[in-house]
Amino acid sequence: MATDTRTAFPSPYELPDPPGAEGWRHLYPYHLLFQEDRREADESAFWFCDSQHWPSVIKPFETIGAEFAVKCLGEYNTRYFLVPTSYGLERRIHQGYCYLSPVPAPADRVAERVPEFERRAGHYFGHWEQLLAHWKRKVLETVRELEAIRFAPLPETQPAEEVEAGAGTGASDALLTRYDRLIALCHRGWQHHFEFLNLGYAAYLDFFLACRRWFPDIPDLGVARVVQGVEMELFRPDEELKRLAKLAVELNVENRLMPADPGAHTLRALAVSGRPGREWLDAWDAARDPWFNFTSGNGFYASDVYWRDDPSLPLGYIRDYVLRLLRGETIDRDLPGLVADRERITGEYRELLDPAQRPVFDAKLSVARQAYPYVENHNFYIEHWTMGVFWRKARELSRLLRSAGFWPADGDMFHLTRDEVREALFDHVNGWASGSRPVGCDYWPPEIARRRRIMAALARRRPQPALGVPPPSVTEPFTIMLWGIDEERIRSWLGGGSATGGLTGVPASPGTAEGPARVVRGPRDLSLVQEGEIIVASVTAPSWAPVFGKVRAAVTDIGGVMSHAAIVCREYTVPAVTGTGDASTLIPTGRRIRVDGTTGTVTVLD
Amino acid sequence: MSSRYTVPLRSGAEGPPADLVGGKCAGLLELARAGQPVPRAFAVTVDAFRTLFADPALRAAVGAVLSELDPVDLAVAETVSSEIRRLVSGHPVPAELEEDISAGYRALCAELGQPDVPVAVRSSATSEDLTQASFAGQYDTCLWIRGVEAVLDAVRHCWSSLWTARALVYRAAHGVPDEGLGMAVCVQEMVDARTAGVAMTLNPVNGDRSKVVVEAGWGLGEPVLSGEVTPDHYLVDKVLLVPVRTVVGSKFHELVPAPDGQGLLRRPVDDERRAAPCLTAAEVVEIARLAKQSERCGGAPQEIEWALARDLPAPSGLRLLQSRAETVWSRRRGTAAEVTAESGAAGIARALTGL
Repeated sequence: MATDTRTAFPSPYELPDPPGAEGWRHLYPYHLLFQEDRREADESAFWFCDSQHWPSVIKPFETIGAEFAVKCLGEYNTRYFLVPTSYGLERRIHQGYCYLSPVPAPADRVAERVPEFERRAGHYFGHWEQLLAHWKRKVLETVRELEAIRFAPLPETQPAEEVEAGAGTGASDALLTRYDRLIALCHRGWQHHFEFLNLGYAAYLDFFLACRRWFPDIPDLGVARVVQGVEMELFRPDEELKRLAKLAVELNVENRLMPADPGAHTLRALAVSGRPGREWLDAWDAARDPWFNFTSGNGFYASDVYWRDDPSLPLGYIRDYVLRLLRGETIDRDLPGLVADRERITGEYRELLDPAQRPVFDAKLSVARQAYPYVENHNFYIEHWTMGVFWRKARELSRLLRSAGFWPADGDMFHLTRDEVREALFDHVNGWASGSRPVGCDYWPPEIARRRRIMAALARRRPQPALGVPPPSVTEPFTIMLWGIDEERIRSWLGGGSATGGLTGVPASPGTAEGPARVVRGPRDLSLVQEGEIIVASVTAPSWAPVFGKVRAAVTDIGGVMSHAAIVCREYTVPAVTGTGDASTLIPTGRRIRVDGTTGTVTVLD
Repeated sequence: MSSRYTVPLRSGAEGPPADLVGGKCAGLLELARAGQPVPRAFAVTVDAFRTLFADPALRAAVGAVLSELDPVDLAVAETVSSEIRRLVSGHPVPAELEEDISAGYRALCAELGQPDVPVAVRSSATSEDLTQASFAGQYDTCLWIRGVEAVLDAVRHCWSSLWTARALVYRAAHGVPDEGLGMAVCVQEMVDARTAGVAMTLNPVNGDRSKVVVEAGWGLGEPVLSGEVTPDHYLVDKVLLVPVRTVVGSKFHELVPAPDGQGLLRRPVDDERRAAPCLTAAEVVEIARLAKQSERCGGAPQEIEWALARDLPAPSGLRLLQSRAETVWSRRRGTAAEVTAESGAAGIARALTGL
């Protein structure tokens, strides 16, 4: 029993800055900040921390994902499909973390939005496969255009032929244009991202709410297991790793994959190892594009490492799979088992309905199952592929400006906002044009050092789960479903974490398991995960899939039954409890815990 | 091992017709055949009762008392009942009958490798019209009966319970003639239960058939059945077999075997156990699974009685004591709620706006 239960979360206006983080506000654009002249409105609103997508401090350049994603999400709800009850989300960056506040449609606009929603969304549901095929072409075009962008050093002089041909413009104009294009294509990627996503969730929600009426206490997990797909493109990268592991054993080249620190040198060694090695490398190359445009991060951070750019990650996973194969284990997911399980569960629920209701069940389920795979698969196309290329190009630019003397380290550019980068770029081309030393070469190095210290200070403090005043009730279905935020969750946040050795969360993937905890604070810690451990993380990304083959269970701080961790765990039949609030801060690595993914409890055993 | 007047109730046995062993025994036999974990039991067939009641002297005596019955006067019904019951249970049992029942009991003891196995002796009525009524506790059950003599007494007691006051009034009110009445008796190994109770394969609150409700108390199940204690209440999803809600009750007392092994003892439960759940999540799931299987056997929603043996863990120590069709919600079709037929965008709009 909590003795001092709060009724509201801290006001963003009164939360003291972490020591050493003073001045952080100047690192973000004005419209992302809680502003003094909007205090009254912003203080009385409810802001939850979206640590599901932004679990760690966001560098100034990295706000691009938060800004574009949240804007595009809202745009589709508000202006494209006219979702009757929901507009978008307001967003703020506060002390380095992203906070969101849902914007409901005004009550007096709801009715008039209904027919338009039915028309537009109805069209999408009616032409789903066709429109989705079109969507894929658009995404591939965006990726292709991104891939084509090159950030090359400016020439000493414009080539004579170009000058004489009367081109009139040249390298500086091209550089500025390419940067603008890079940003525009990133925005376009996020536009693609949400074209189907909200509808995918809505179709799921429709079936979910119907199930709630038929079976009032149906666990969320029941609905999820009925709708969820089995073979999804999002799991393809992991499937490719398994295929390559099997091929290595088949070709007898597995020993070459065994070194403790695999990497680009492993591939080079294979290339000169004879025919089987080259054959394996061909298969590797074929898998790499596009499937290794895949990150262990989530696409929102400049530090996200993509398999394609750092082969040590996929090679490490392949080695794990090879080891398991050599031990005689099966590494394939039990797809027929998953399918049979899904059909059994579906059939049993359906059978329980009045026969007159079964066609309704079938119709809603068919829309949900048609739309739902997108909810997972888009991740590959946008977060992984599009954003993978985007970050690669952005890093290319950062290196270019580093060699031009703007900053000392390869990734320093990400300490600037994207508009500051545009300014720095202009500074750079101006220096080139005028033949003088750019101001940035003196301005940015100390400024970046200062910003680095601020970021480090911000990162030392965990975000508040929420800010402001919670609503009396949470009815907005997307908020509940996507972020797992409901009245109970808010109450538990307000009550503070329990210290009783037991944690509760969302029962996200059934089963129980015991084992030592492994706290994973980010993708970099993934390599520490040992066979038989239980992964405990603030949040997980779908791309952590390969480690789910060796862990016994998973526990996260954030997320509901449809969060990535939940979906992946069900796919890999690993018990999971999500949305525990603070498991990753309360449970240290090595502590033995019991995870009951059926009831949603985590027990510390010693 | 089968004799003229007794039939073992176990899978593999050639099934006696229900009108020979009564509804309760027939039900248990069906469960045993379906592989359900029912306790060992044998039936004293209705022929045994008929043999006893074939004595014209007994029939005449009962008939005479019965003629005094006034169905609207309960006090008279009580007097008539106790007079007839005295006549029936006091009537000498023919030797061949006594031998058969004793042999049936001794066989049960031998099978379980334990002398004087405690048994529950339950009435198992044969009249079609009365099978429903019997669930309301129309007829008697004798618990924790040990030894041949006690078993014989209990069987006679069950026979005589055809003439409880309630049964008399019920038959009179529904115009059921006394001619052709019969009573078989079930003699069933009794589980020394750590926890016992009931389960229903739907949520009686809203008719939701995707749920199993489990109610449980400490000790034997009778206090839960009779409503003497507030049991723990567990709501389980029937498809996923996942507990979705638990409300811990107040189990003020429990019914347990007396320490000297003779009879049962009703004793208070200390504060700590009273408010503690009497089942683990895993046990709840096992019981729900058992109820679900019973529903599958019965082809309709069921109410079951179950018990968990004191000294065995959940799956192996779980016994199904009884299973019968649920009657309230099953008469309606499907679940309570209806969802409108729109799907796709129209369905979503409706779901979002609640219009």
